[in-house]
Amino acid sequence: MSNIDLPSKFEEFADARRQGFLKVKEIKDKGGKIAGVFCTFTPSEILDAAGLFSVGLCGMSEETIIDAEADLPKNLCPLIKSSYGFALTDKCPYTYFSDIIIGETTCDGKKKMYELLGEIKDTYIMQLPQGVDREYAHKMWESELYRLIKTLEEKFQVKITEEKLRKAAALRNKQRNLYNELFELGKLDPPPIKGFDIYKVIEGSGFSFDVEGNCMRLRELIDNTKKAYEAGNRPVAAGAKRILVTGCPIGGVLDKVVNTIESNGGAVVCFENCGGVKPVRHLVDENAESIISAIADRYLKIGCSVMSPNIRRMEMLPELLKEFKIDGVIETVLQACHPYSVETRTIKKLVNDAGLPYMSIETDYSKSDLGQIKTRISAFLEMEPVR
Amino acid sequence: MYFTGIDIGSTSAKVVALNENNDILYKNVMPTGWSSTDTAEKIRKDLSIGGIDGGNSKFIATGYGRISVPYADKTITEITCHGKGAAFLYDVDTCTVIDIGGQDTKIISIAKGQVVDFIMNDKCSAGTGRFLEIMASTLGMDLAELCNMAKTGSGISISSMCTVFAESEVVSLIGSGHSKKDIAYGIIESITNKVISLCGKHAATNNKFYLTGGLCESDYIIESLSEKLGSKVISSPLGRYAGAVGAALSAKSLK
Repeated sequence: MSNIDLPSKFEEFADARRQGFLKVKEIKDKGGKIAGVFCTFTPSEILDAAGLFSVGLCGMSEETIIDAEADLPKNLCPLIKSSYGFALTDKCPYTYFSDIIIGETTCDGKKKMYELLGEIKDTYIMQLPQGVDREYAHKMWESELYRLIKTLEEKFQVKITEEKLRKAAALRNKQRNLYNELFELGKLDPPPIKGFDIYKVIEGSGFSFDVEGNCMRLRELIDNTKKAYEAGNRPVAAGAKRILVTGCPIGGVLDKVVNTIESNGGAVVCFENCGGVKPVRHLVDENAESIISAIADRYLKIGCSVMSPNIRRMEMLPELLKEFKIDGVIETVLQACHPYSVETRTIKKLVNDAGLPYMSIETDYSKSDLGQIKTRISAFLEMEPVR
Repeated sequence: MYFTGIDIGSTSAKVVALNENNDILYKNVMPTGWSSTDTAEKIRKDLSIGGIDGGNSKFIATGYGRISVPYADKTITEITCHGKGAAFLYDVDTCTVIDIGGQDTKIISIAKGQVVDFIMNDKCSAGTGRFLEIMASTLGMDLAELCNMAKTGSGISISSMCTVFAESEVVSLIGSGHSKKDIAYGIIESITNKVISLCGKHAATNNKFYLTGGLCESDYIIESLSEKLGSKVISSPLGRYAGAVGAALSAKSLK
């Protein structure tokens, strides 16, 4: 049954959080349905075509980790613990009001957490193939898409038509192109906007519920940023080292990592992770004969480290190093993220072979390693290129 | 004109002043204590007694307490300074520096006198000087005694990497009647193994290893590291000043 009442602890929440709850409640009161998602693998086009509002539920704060540790092991990824903790404590309006949560079998930590999450919320798990080079991977993922369509049609009593899917694909493509355009501002030297600010825009638009409106805001932001740059506005100093940040989702450590880079002589000009360029450089072929097959195709191009081998990441990264004229690569690994952590060795070699310095930082959502992270990042930025 | 490097580490503070010819005219080491700010002030007074002050010297601060030196012209991280300092002290161009510090252990690759890559321990204290200090105090001795005693020990391995757990492991080893020298041996093994594993994760530039930091005069640690790396680890009593020397050298390029 869909939940439209506010949580019992509502009055104890801080004002910003209460506003968040009220905003989502308004959508629900008008009959809107919310789909909570965790990953860039979730096929947004299908949720759109089902008339659902989709919203990202990845936990980005330390606040609920202690609650999550009642059910989950301590030595687990902070993103997984935080997300689960928000569901347990009713502190996140989006999780709380979700009519359905869609997860995928990505990393081990997430998929096992989804099983527990299923005890609290209606959670639907898609089986994601992890060997994308196998000929049956596409077939498997396509049939997962059909299965999701059937599930949503039954649960929400809607019809997901081809027409709706094509319309959704066109709109999502439009949004992807705009995100890409925003990221590509980082190709300018010096960049016209700080990496931290770009990421804040991406984060904010994840909660906008209105793809069309979001596209308009992105267009405006890009145009204004370009205009200000042409008028001589330089928010980033010329000569700042051009850093590519790669690795795990970075929302929960944005300040600790990105801000530290940018306040110590670096400029983050490219994000190669799931909030960054990784999921937006591939589009759905809107004119394909089978739109569902085209949607399946697009999502399997995402170079996440859960893939084995992770061919797409190794293909895209060298392109980005060149396109964004990168001076150095910093990889962020969230504590206990085995896929990204093990893959650091391959990435380090790839980056060093391109003649660039590389460093990986393992961290979590706590503040306990602020000093050490600052020292590592500063030391990395102090390194002189060897001629 | 002097060029002064101040390296405020988590355990001890090191100061070096160079002249134009890179001669070390002044050096000093003292415990950092609980306040880096007080230590920085004490250093300032000591330096001024020695005739070195803002009027005739540039100052660069490094180490974890680098932000607590108000009279520093600039701060630079200890990684850059250790690399630069070691290349100068040991007169090498290309090498790998092992720095076992109070709260961080670093492996630094140097090429053409510059840091080109580095790796540090995770955010816990395993494999650091602090780990050794705590273990030594659990055994009721100081660091030098611990290293000395370890030479004649054997057979024990400490499996806990976490300092807190390792301490209880040591306590239970004491309780079950193991000799201090065997436990000391296990403690040193534990730290050198951790350092070697860091070296392994880090593609070493070549086979020349140089030790810096507070353990630079510990023969037994140098011997144990050399044996495990299969290559002689070179050290010197000046090794503990590497960070301060690197900072002082960097002060020369200040405008």
